Amino acid sequence: MSDAPQTYSAAAEVGQVLTRRGRLERAKIALRKAPISAWFGMIVIAFYGLVAVFGPFFAPYGEAEVFAKADEPWSVFGGNPAHFFGTDQIGRDVLTRLIYGARNTIGIALITTALSFTIGGSLGLIAAINRSWLDQILSRGVDVLMSIPSLIFALMLLSIFGSSIPSLILIIAVLDATRVFRLTRSVAANVVVMDYVEAARLRGEGLGWVMRREILPNITPPLVAEFGLRFSFVFLTIASLSFLGLGIQPPTADWGSMVRDGSRFIQFVAYDWTLALPSLLPAGAVALLTVAVNFVVDWFLHKTSGLRDEQ
Amino acid sequence: MHPILSTVLQRLGLGILTLFLVSIIIFSSIALLPGDFGEQVLGQSALPETVDAFRRELGLDKPAWLRYLDWIGAILQGDLGTSFSGRASSGNDSSRTVWELISPRLSNTLFLAGVTAIIAVPLSLFLGITAALKRNSIYDRAVNAVTLTTISFPEFFIAYMLIVLLAGGVIPGVALPTLANITESMPLGERLFKITLPVITMTLVIVAYMMRMTRAAIINLLASPYIEMAQLKGASKTRVILKHALPNAWAPIATVIAFNLAYLVVGVVVVEVVFVYPGVGQLMVDSVSSRDIPVAQACALFFAATYIILNLLADLIGIITNPRLLHPR
Repeated sequence: MSDAPQTYSAAAEVGQVLTRRGRLERAKIALRKAPISAWFGMIVIAFYGLVAVFGPFFAPYGEAEVFAKADEPWSVFGGNPAHFFGTDQIGRDVLTRLIYGARNTIGIALITTALSFTIGGSLGLIAAINRSWLDQILSRGVDVLMSIPSLIFALMLLSIFGSSIPSLILIIAVLDATRVFRLTRSVAANVVVMDYVEAARLRGEGLGWVMRREILPNITPPLVAEFGLRFSFVFLTIASLSFLGLGIQPPTADWGSMVRDGSRFIQFVAYDWTLALPSLLPAGAVALLTVAVNFVVDWFLHKTSGLRDEQ
Repeated sequence: MHPILSTVLQRLGLGILTLFLVSIIIFSSIALLPGDFGEQVLGQSALPETVDAFRRELGLDKPAWLRYLDWIGAILQGDLGTSFSGRASSGNDSSRTVWELISPRLSNTLFLAGVTAIIAVPLSLFLGITAALKRNSIYDRAVNAVTLTTISFPEFFIAYMLIVLLAGGVIPGVALPTLANITESMPLGERLFKITLPVITMTLVIVAYMMRMTRAAIINLLASPYIEMAQLKGASKTRVILKHALPNAWAPIATVIAFNLAYLVVGVVVVEVVFVYPGVGQLMVDSVSSRDIPVAQACALFFAATYIILNLLADLIGIITNPRLLHPR
């Protein structure tokens, strides 16, 4: 410091104070300001993530292990203390099925959402950059696909291809990609017209570079929020299809089919309300995760765009 | 030609084109079937002649465009084809026509959706408009939080919660039926009583969507400069809303209603299965799981057509009530 010039400069003083905050530090500040609903959402998501990843380590039994007594009630309602949430219709431990179901249901929904973002996002970017016949064909095609309700379309396609996990993932990913395409194309269209994009193209960058390095960083926040919303939508669709008996097939544990299997005694609920628990429990697990994701997305949207009343 | 007329015609043409394309997509599903479908339907032991006859009935020996024309022509005349189920490998045919299967369920589904719409539409418009007018009040926030939560719930979760609450004896004296197994011979009152739980379930889902969309539309509208102008020149609050805001609000409100009625048509599938309601949704699920393609096609066509026509209707209402188009310069 001794050889520094002895003059005063306002810019230098401001520069000293204004150290640029790191990514981590900014995240910390944002988290501190997050509302309770967002915190609740993040904690729930983290919990589900842990269960999905490490489930097999703390699941009490095997995924398809069958015990002697079927349809046992919860242990607090007079069931066997070895099975906290009782057993299902062929005697499998419900708690174990719930833990393995987290892994299957969430995992398949994540893969599907990622696939639909890869398809829809890249096509949307290409359509936004290359506004020619390609854009026209893609956009009109998406219009037609979106004019059929997606659950109905998925049901019809499943009747043709059968309900296997790969066809489930592909069908829902393609149907969902139409929504991603629309959003990506419309946000990217605003960025494509910027001068720096034109500069990049003039200096001869290829389509891939323009997409990845010029446009993508500028449309990330709405896409991240959309990822959350799409995930919960896909998750609900898969759970609904499994509930209808057309999604994930047994013996793979999954929450949608658990709701379906649990609902066999639902008409006797007037005599004993605990008969609704076998379907209510997995349904609640689905509901809790979607609520959590929605809370976090809501906060994120609010934070990144200052959107107040769009939704 | 008056600009409205040309826009309406254009939109109608587009709607018909969409219906045409969608019918092609639904039709081509049968062409996508893997392998020889005849043997799958009729069983391994089917005689070659029976399989041949079945293939000829499906028209698999003709080119695709001719088959499409036959198919769509038959549908336009009300002939939806014959169900795959009930066919045996021996060749005797006890299958029923698709129309026989679908027509009683059609009226059931429309009944359920209609009753829900009668309750849900006024309720959500009222909630949405009042929430928009009292923006950021406690009322607004409460309605917002509740609807955000119900939107995130899957339909079957809401349904089972309601079953426990309203049928499980948690509230003493309230015991609604959990099975909505209505028949044609039932009097209207009994039918309405049977479908109480499904109607409440769907109302909760629809109201959440519709209320949020109405609120957003109204708030958008109230932020526009001409509303501020009207307020600044001293017009009363009712006059601002009725005279200035409402003419421009019809289009978004109509869109909201039509969009949600279309959503209702789809949401009906899961709710029908939960409450074992004999509707088209349940039929479609059954036909998909038994891979009864003609029935699945007919159901898909019904749902898609309803969806497209409702959306078209919303667009048309938006065009017809648009003041800018009504008074062209």
